[in-house]
Amino acid sequence: MQRIDRLGVLLSFVGALALTLLPLLVFKANRIVPGEPRALLDLLPTAALALYSTLAAAAAVAVFVQSPRVRLLAALIGIAALAVAVAAAADILTPADNRVVRVAPGAGFWIVLIALGLLATDALTRLRPGPVLRVATLAVFLAATLAALGSGFFDDLSIMREYAVNATRFAHEARRHLLLALGSLAAAVIVALPLGVLCHRQPRLRNAVLGALNVVQTIPSIALFGILMAPLAAMALAFPALAALGLSGIGAAPAAIALFLYSLLPIVGNTVVGLGRVSPAAVDAARGMGLTDGQILRQIELPLALPTILTGIRIVLVQNIGMVTIAALIGGGGFGAFVFQGIGQTAIDLVLLGAIPTVVLAFSASVVLDALTDLTRRVPR
Amino acid sequence: MIQLESLCKRYGESTVVDDVSMVIEPRTMTTIVGTSGSGKSTLLRMINRLVEPTSGRVLIDGNATTAEPAHLLRRRIGYAIQGLGLFPHRTVADNIATVPRLLGWSDERVRERVTELLELFQLDPGLYATKFPHELSGGQQQRVGVARALAAKPNVLLMDEPFGALDPIIRAKAQDDLLGIQRRFGTTVILVTHDIDEAFRLGDRVAVMSQGRLLQHDRPAVLLTQPADPFVSQLIGAGDKSLKLLSLTTAGEIVEPGKVDGPAVPWSVTLRDVLAELVWSGAAAATVVGPDGGPIGHVTLASILTRGRQAA
Ligand SMILES: Nc1ncnc2c1ncn2[C@@H]1O[C@H](COP(=O)(O)OP(=O)(O)OP(=O)(O)O)[C@@H](O)[C@H]1O
Ligand SMILES: [Mg+2]
Repeated sequence: MQRIDRLGVLLSFVGALALTLLPLLVFKANRIVPGEPRALLDLLPTAALALYSTLAAAAAVAVFVQSPRVRLLAALIGIAALAVAVAAAADILTPADNRVVRVAPGAGFWIVLIALGLLATDALTRLRPGPVLRVATLAVFLAATLAALGSGFFDDLSIMREYAVNATRFAHEARRHLLLALGSLAAAVIVALPLGVLCHRQPRLRNAVLGALNVVQTIPSIALFGILMAPLAAMALAFPALAALGLSGIGAAPAAIALFLYSLLPIVGNTVVGLGRVSPAAVDAARGMGLTDGQILRQIELPLALPTILTGIRIVLVQNIGMVTIAALIGGGGFGAFVFQGIGQTAIDLVLLGAIPTVVLAFSASVVLDALTDLTRRVPR
Repeated sequence: MIQLESLCKRYGESTVVDDVSMVIEPRTMTTIVGTSGSGKSTLLRMINRLVEPTSGRVLIDGNATTAEPAHLLRRRIGYAIQGLGLFPHRTVADNIATVPRLLGWSDERVRERVTELLELFQLDPGLYATKFPHELSGGQQQRVGVARALAAKPNVLLMDEPFGALDPIIRAKAQDDLLGIQRRFGTTVILVTHDIDEAFRLGDRVAVMSQGRLLQHDRPAVLLTQPADPFVSQLIGAGDKSLKLLSLTTAGEIVEPGKVDGPAVPWSVTLRDVLAELVWSGAAAATVVGPDGGPIGHVTLASILTRGRQAA
């Protein structure tokens, strides 16, 4: 009796449904009109058959094969076949030196891609790779994706077209995005870590600080941007020196400040929780052996609380990468600029050009920090 | 010598340690017993200033403990507690090396000392030095805790219920080890316990505390024969006084020359154990076996009974 994998059944069913009901490809006369579906079978019969049999094989593996290695391999081959087939079709559909026509992956493509992605992630999880291996896998995957996109093979796909048009701005917004997310994180760590230590030592301060930060956390981001605009604009007006430094009611300054404020609670909170979990006996023994307060903090308390603190930092980093997108609304820049511009122009490709890198960035940040957390957790919980 | 002079500790209204004065001779083991909450830990922690006295003072070799910063004082005094307080993120070797490193010993010297201590506590250095505390059994962790307290060769060792979490067999072994080390290195040990048998077994002198006050501080036999307070006799269990007294003397101490027909007992066991052996076997005398395994004489039932009767 063959054992049947339930997740495999579900993913295969969803994938098959998507392939039958939804288009794999969408053809658009230009970047803003709605597209019309195209069937791969009409365009490239051989490639289509090859793709469908590959996907069917992947589905069979997903349902019947238990070995995580084989499942991972099947998922990766499926993803590669899907990408290649769609790129090849785009190449055929695009008339030579026509810069207006757009061929975009359709809903069917995205759903099958997500199904295969889930299959791959599930297989990876079952392999239980160590922290170093997880980061290495991520790096290899990102490098392979970048190499594939850079090869020119996918240039006829609509998102790559959109990228080609915006290449310089893309690099600029990417830098801006990272700078805002990481800069506000760094500032928050510098403030929140000592604050967390103080809160750990002073229970009364703890309630006040955590209470206040909780209130900040409940303010919706758009509202917080709005709240910050007026005072910042007033400050810029009152102190031209600050304005010369780039401070103004809109732009990066309110975005950075808002992100900074949102970052405080998870880091302060996790620092307090992490320090609170340190065994009182260990601290008592340390003091009894003649460690000074500073040595106890640096050598005993912080190392033991580090995994918990890093978990807080991970939350903040992922949250910031997502939230920077919204900061584009007030001129903060970042990938959100593409998203909102795309929404304004009803150009879905431009929206994706902003959204996909954001998701990839957030996912990568989470994998890397998870690995760091595991590496610093020398003691089982 | 350690002198406690009129030590008091008050938390708000409640007096936790009440005017305790006590002289502790060098190279002896003093045990502090008392019911829970009687102020034993607080008294102990005032010696290395983990708790600052409300009034009174502590002198070590004639110098007030307040003469130097508290953390420097503590580096000279070994400290081991119940629950061990081993650092979970550091290896056994690094745990033991804590105070030597604080004192700035060279790496070479630290490494030698760690190896020496692990061997002393029968933990194979090659096997255990790089392990983390959670990889050890309770008994092994406890030995590492004591080894760590002894690492910088302190003259004074403070122990707060160090064997509290151990099962009886491991506990007896740990007590033997501690006695051996204390005799060998001449460390002045002050040990808090609420196990009266442990206090009698280990203490050259036993201090009995109740409600923050020191009721009596004397040799175990004196506590048995001349309790200063009804609470003292109640605490040490007046009912089996004679047996307790017997357990303070070993067979080697009252051995008489000559051979007898009777069960063999090692010279190091207490008279209480010899008595039990004689009752069990029905013999009137036991052959005492010396450290080298050969008979060195005998003890008779009668001489044991005389010893136990001195109490009355
Ligand atoms: N920091 C403190 N603040 C207030 N009260 C305290 C403090 N430390 C100890 N006490 C009180 O002092 C009394 C004596 O405490 P201590 O820890 O010295 O007792 P103990 O004899 O060691 O008891 P146990 O055998 O349970 O360890 C207890 O009633 C305790 O509640
Ligand atoms: Mg205590």
